[in-house]
Order: sequence, then structure tokens, then C-alpha cells
Amino acid sequence: MNYHILKKDELDGFVKKLAKKMKVYAPVAKGHDNFAFEEVASAGEIALSYIPTILPPKKYFMPQREKLLDFDLTGGKPADRAVLDAPELAIFAVHTCDLAGIQCLNMVFSEKPRDYNYILRKEKIFIIGLECLKYCDGNAGCAMVGNHNPNGGYDLFFTDLGDRFIIHVNTQKGEELVENMGLAKAAAADMAALDKVREGKKQAFATEPGADPKKLPEVFARAMESKIWHELGARCVSCGNCTNVCPTCYCFDMADTINLDMKTGFRTRTWDSCQFETFAAVAGGENFREERANRQRHRFYRKFKYPLDKFYRSFCTGCGRCTRTCMAKISLKDTLKALVAEHK
Amino acid sequence: MTEIQNSNWKLRKGQIIAAKQMTATEKWFDIKLEDGDLDHEPGQFVQVELYGIGEAPISVCSSPTRRGSFELTVRAAGRLTKHMQGMGVGDWLGIRGPFGKPFPVKLMTGNDLLFVAGGLGIAPLRSLINYVIDNRREFGKVDILLGCKTPTDMLFGSEIAGWQKRLDVNFSCTVDRTAPDWKGNVGLITSLIPGVTINPEKTFAVVVGPPIMYKFVIAELLKKRLPERQIILSLERHMKCGMGKCGHCQIDHPKNYYCCKDGPTFTYEEVKESKKL
Repeated sequence: MNYHILKKDELDGFVKKLAKKMKVYAPVAKGHDNFAFEEVASAGEIALSYIPTILPPKKYFMPQREKLLDFDLTGGKPADRAVLDAPELAIFAVHTCDLAGIQCLNMVFSEKPRDYNYILRKEKIFIIGLECLKYCDGNAGCAMVGNHNPNGGYDLFFTDLGDRFIIHVNTQKGEELVENMGLAKAAAADMAALDKVREGKKQAFATEPGADPKKLPEVFARAMESKIWHELGARCVSCGNCTNVCPTCYCFDMADTINLDMKTGFRTRTWDSCQFETFAAVAGGENFREERANRQRHRFYRKFKYPLDKFYRSFCTGCGRCTRTCMAKISLKDTLKALVAEHK
Repeated sequence: MTEIQNSNWKLRKGQIIAAKQMTATEKWFDIKLEDGDLDHEPGQFVQVELYGIGEAPISVCSSPTRRGSFELTVRAAGRLTKHMQGMGVGDWLGIRGPFGKPFPVKLMTGNDLLFVAGGLGIAPLRSLINYVIDNRREFGKVDILLGCKTPTDMLFGSEIAGWQKRLDVNFSCTVDRTAPDWKGNVGLITSLIPGVTINPEKTFAVVVGPPIMYKFVIAELLKKRLPERQIILSLERHMKCGMGKCGHCQIDHPKNYYCCKDGPTFTYEEVKESKKL
């Protein structure tokens, strides 16, 4: 295992040096306990203690709007180019819930037929994780889905040891950066301190108030007809906030734009939401998911049932964003608890 | 900006080489790709791109046995399909695909076939019917049942007249509402099923039509003791990306089916738990 040490007073130098190589994005405080990943140039701008940002880092992997094609209709026969704008960048201080989210998206877009826009963009992104030592708030459910400890998905991973960070180096790219920065190897005392931190986390994350994750597959296998979906449907306003902020929601729509010259244009994809009324409608008039209750059920099944069969994991990363952002106060953890109770 | 050479979003270029208005709302197109054959199988679909307007999934209505070009029958329903009504010979469009799981031709080989088409359902089914006619020796008895709203809504009229004349195909047709010069059956398509002799041990029924039709046709077929795995359907959803990613075509079913990748063809056994067919 390869661990290095960065003293806290050297963090600013680390960020500045990294920012000379590539753009660096990190959580920044936006007031009212809101945080957002934004470009930073120094450590002082970074909120090292933060609850999950408004949008997860998926915005760098799968931008809200991205161009897929440029086309040109001059001369009758159309011509097009598949284009990509993917600069090299680093994301700093990514929590384990969001690392898990990126891993989920990696699987989705690497599945055949592959999405090269996503894959090529991902290869340009350097990921530095940051460990959470306690729950960020009551909405988080990371321990429920096993994401409170790191499970890979990063180049470097920082854990706070008081006056210093211990850095786990996970990739060759990470190794090169650590060498380039001249960071010292971790000593036996540092490793012991890390073990102590992890031991302490067992206690801090033990009081998880959510549902028993082992029971969830069985619960969802029999929850299609649950009354709870109608309760959610009656409250949901179909705003799509929950899916926009979800680190593993990746549904999208595509649209063409024609330029004012009426000869050239481009094709874009944008985030879409299964919560929108027309999401499953077809041109002939049929809507296959017309009821809000069914759309809410669909959202939960896309986290706790379908991906288990396809990707061998829950697509809920436990970040709690959907609950925090919901205008109708629909709580993911309360819904799970109600489903489990109903199942009994 | 860099170029992605192997992008799955890139479009093949197709040119319309023949077109015909079939009814007031449906138009037929014969399309030739500049880079060769579409190389599809019966039951698959393509994404049609009209540059500046967008993309829509359309079933291929021609059989792959008839090479060189492929055919689409397009109903004016949404923005793109309405625009297509004004297109004709010489016009270019972008094509992605073919996509989707085809009809299980290998499984059906050696068996009797019962085709049940409602309305525009004849378009995807025609790719299979003509495939079977072109490989007629490989199959047992072939029955074709066709239903449409009125006689003027009937698609592929001259070709259907050809099917009616064939001795190796039994063809029946019905309309929901009659017209003065109509001499055929009047009534729902389900009324034609009791008249067909079905050997449940070696018959595959292939049913394509609007969602409402499936429920009643399937009930009639089950009455004939046809096993659920021998009833083949082609489901409709908005298949936007065709690659099992965008999420629009997912079917509400415990098995996590994407209509574009796991379908659009399914056996009734596979999808009977779906909230909607």
C-alpha cells in the first residue's frame, strides 16, 4: 500500500502547484449551508468541511448540456462531425458518496454500445477524494449502502489526521503527481493514526437511522404495488430536482439547434428527468408513465432494484441530495423505512 | 474541440430514392445508404435524423431479403414525422442503427406462424412477413390477420392484394368502421382469431399493434391454448438513444428491460408482468 503525507499548512502550495498543471475544482461555500464544486486557485477558497454540494461532480463527467455533433447542410448532402470539448482537470475533495456515483456512471457509459463522449472526458479528469469522519447531516445514508469508507474510484485519497493529511495513492497518475509534489512517504505512526480514524468511524457511522440494506432487495422485489408510491405521488410536484442532483441519474434528452445561417447547426444532449410528465410519452399520444406515483416508484426502482441486477450494486450512493433538495419534503430514508415497515 | 472518430452518435447518410403517400397521414419511403446496406433483421428499427429538427425511432418495414435499400412507413404524429410528410426523392437524412432485438426468426423456423397486425403495426410486421414469404419453405402454415380503422387507412394495399392471391398464405382483414365500397369483414381484429386453426404445440403468434390491442388479442390467443412464450410482441416506447442509456424507453418491469436493447420484440412470457404493454 502506498501512502504519503501532506502537512495541512502545505495544502495551499499543493493546490497552487496543481492549478498550474490543470484547472482545479473543489467544494466552495455558497452560504446557507450550500456548497458547489467550482474552480479554485488556492486552498483558502476550498470548504474542506462540507455537506454534499448542490450538484454532484457528475457535472464534469456528463455536462448538463454537451455537444454531440456539429453538422453542415451546405450543398444538399449533410456532413457531420462528432466533437468533444474535454480539457484536463482535477476535482479535489470528493467525498466517498460521490466517488461511488462516478463509479456507477463509469459502468453505465462503458457498457456497449460505448459512449465515447463520456469515456474520453473521464480519462482527462484527475480525482482526489476526501474522507468523511462523521455524517454530514441526518439526510445522508452513506453507511446504509456501504459508501462511508473509500471503495476506490480515485487517483488520490485524503484523510484528515489533525495536523496533516494521509494520502492513499491509487493510480500511476496519482503516483506521478505525488512524486512531482515531493510528498514524503507515510511512516508507521501515520498508518496507525489512519487505522485509529477508521476504527472511530465504525462508531460514528453505526447509528445509521435508515433501513437495513440487506432487506432492501427483498422489499423492492415486492413493492411494485405499494400504497407508498401514491403517497409520494400526491406530494411530488414533478420538478425533477431529485434526479438533477442525484450523482447516478444519467437520463438524457437530445435536441438539434440550427444556426442563423440555416446551413450549419449542432446536436446536443441535456440532462432529462424521469419525473417529468412527458418523459415516457410517445408521439402517438400514449404515455407509459403518466402518474406521478409511477414516476416516483420508477426513481426508487432505478436506485434500489434495477441496477442491482445489472451492475451488482445500489445506485443510491447515500449522499442524501434528493431529500435535501425536495420541495415536497420527500425523504429517501423515510420512504425506505416506510417500505420496510409495510413489507413486514 | 477534438473529433471522436468512433463515436456511436455519428450518423450514416441516407437518400430517399422512392416515396409514396399511402394514406392521409402515412407516407412510405425507400432509402439508400451511401455506405452500403442497412444490414438489419426483421423487427429492428433505426433512428432517423432530420438535421436541425431532431431524431425519431422508426421501424424498418422492409425485409432484409430485399437488399440495396430499406423502407420506412412514417405516420405524421410528432414534429419530425410531420416534417417527413413533405420529404421526397433526393432528400437526405441521417440514420443511426439498426437497433433492437429482432423477431426470433430462428426460433420460429419450422413452425406455423400467425401474424396479427393492428393499424400501423403492419409496418414492423411487414419486415417479417416478407422475410417469411421470401423463405416460405422454412415455415409451416402462415396466417395473416390485419385490422385497421377504415378501408382508407389500409397500408400497403397493392402488396396486400398480392398476399391475398397467394396459396401459401391465409390472409384475413377487418375494419372497425366500414365504407360504401368495402366488401370485407367489419369488427375488431379479435373477431378474426376464433376462425383460425391453431396447433398450440407448433404455432408462434406475432402480434404488433397499439397497446390497447395487445390485451384483447393476447386473451384470444391464450383461449386457443397458445403458450405465453409463443406469443411474440413488438412494444412501443420512445427509444431516444437506441443504446440503452437515455432512459426514455425503459419498461416498468422487474427485469429492467430497455425497449431499445432488450426489445422492441419480446415474448408475452417475458413482459406479462409489465405495468403496460
